[in-house]
Amino acid sequence: MVDLLLFAFFGGLAVICGIVMITQKHPIASALSLVGAMGSLAVLYLLLGAEFIAAAQLIVYAGAIMVLFLFVIMLLNAGAEPKPMRPSWIAVAVGIPAVLVMFAMLARLIASTVPMDSLVRFGGFTGGSAKDVGNAIFRQYLLPFEVISVLVLIAILGAVVLARKEMD
Amino acid sequence: MDFIVLSLLKTGLVAFVFLTALAYLQWIERKVIAHVQVRVGPNRVGPHGLLQPLTDTIKLLTKEDLIPSHVNKFFYLLAPIIGVSMALISISVIPFGPEIEIPFTGIKTYLGLTDLNIGVLVPLACSGIGVYAVALAGWSSNNKYALLGGLRASAQMISYELPMALSIAAPLLMYNTLDMRKIVEQQGAIKFGFVYSWGIFSYLGLPFVAFILFLICAFAETNRIPFDLPEAENELVAGFHTEYSSMKFASFFMAEYANMTTICCLATVLFLGGWYPPVEFPGVNYIPGLVFVFSGLMMLYHGTVNLVRARDKYTLPAFGIIFCGIGLAHFVPFLMPILVPLFWFLSKVLFLLFLYIWVRATLPRFRYDQLMHFAWGWMFPVSIGVLFATALLVAVWK
Repeated sequence: MVDLLLFAFFGGLAVICGIVMITQKHPIASALSLVGAMGSLAVLYLLLGAEFIAAAQLIVYAGAIMVLFLFVIMLLNAGAEPKPMRPSWIAVAVGIPAVLVMFAMLARLIASTVPMDSLVRFGGFTGGSAKDVGNAIFRQYLLPFEVISVLVLIAILGAVVLARKEMD
Repeated sequence: MDFIVLSLLKTGLVAFVFLTALAYLQWIERKVIAHVQVRVGPNRVGPHGLLQPLTDTIKLLTKEDLIPSHVNKFFYLLAPIIGVSMALISISVIPFGPEIEIPFTGIKTYLGLTDLNIGVLVPLACSGIGVYAVALAGWSSNNKYALLGGLRASAQMISYELPMALSIAAPLLMYNTLDMRKIVEQQGAIKFGFVYSWGIFSYLGLPFVAFILFLICAFAETNRIPFDLPEAENELVAGFHTEYSSMKFASFFMAEYANMTTICCLATVLFLGGWYPPVEFPGVNYIPGLVFVFSGLMMLYHGTVNLVRARDKYTLPAFGIIFCGIGLAHFVPFLMPILVPLFWFLSKVLFLLFLYIWVRATLPRFRYDQLMHFAWGWMFPVSIGVLFATALLVAVWK
């Protein structure tokens, strides 16, 4: 019961933060709502029993990456965006029902393809400790993990090269 | 139900003791720095200025709560809330002592609020989120000094988080767990018949290097001298909290001291053997009581027989009696299993806190480029080297 309440609260918070992130004009407000969404996701991981992933989510995403984002926004002193044109009423009238229909279809699809007894229950997931995550990354999925690392490295190098060009 | 009541009681007790200790930590700091600099320090309110923290608190609470008109109000108010809550949360995962039995009730409980199997990561996560407090405070104040302070602080904390995480990873390789209580219990093993295997004593003393690295990073993470550039007075007025007054300023102040205390607790748990004494011999459990009784007797002697200053006539005997009482409580059989581990834990934490204050009274401030070069050019390679060396030793020995 407490689990369900917490899930509803933090799930709702994540969704609200996501919406606020898109709708906010000011970059810092957007960045902070993203942090809020990541924090709520961390709580959801914790509820599922994946403590290590929850802590990693907080330390890496909310704690390190988003601080860098915020740092850059503050350093460039990016102000609020100018107000965009008001969306036409047709876009609102068609768009919101379309989004709702899409979510309903997704929920239906997931409910029909995933058998009910294979759903993860609160606390029923036991593969969330540091040991299990380590085994999964460095034994089972070693190759994909290394490939992703190289990909990220290439992206970093690319960013450095692009940034240098601009400096000259 | 018992669990909830017990947890609430423990939380209330820890919160009360922790907050009082934070207030007095500031008194200790002012006194120690004063004596290092051959001054007297606070001595007006109460005997030896002992009521100074209370008056400071009242002053900060009752001052006008000013919100400048040019600030971004929402973030301006959010920043101190994030700062102080993150600083106070991380104490909840620190184990202070072993499992004990509460006298006269037979209820067994652990000294410490909670034991998570990711315990070590919680203070790291909290300090990571705590960066937002400083960054937001600097930015939302809409003041150039505050902004510079906030930028400096966030850059510095990001840079020093890396070697700090690496220097924590080295001992974690030896302990093979993230649970703080299990980490301390592993250090309770006795080597050569008399030495406890504290983190810094094992693996050829390699963790000692990690310990030094961790301490340096701890100074930088908490924005203390010699790394206190975010609030360098002679350049930035007061840095990120320039525009804050009253209770909001006090929150930042409290967060700084709470972070210091937590990080000292973390160092004690990871490297200094938690609540275990340094050496084991018959009667080691009587040492804490003897220390207190001896210092109490010394105060009594200097307060009565060998009186030098007239104003010590009442305070020294009073404190002598209090210290003797605390010392004698350490000999009571049902209090001993509670007080003795607490004594060892707190004495290590207080020693590290004293180190903080000592360094503040002694060292000048870094220049900003030196600070960054120190982090990336020196701390980072050394901590990676220590991590690899520890990994090699662990792989060979285990």
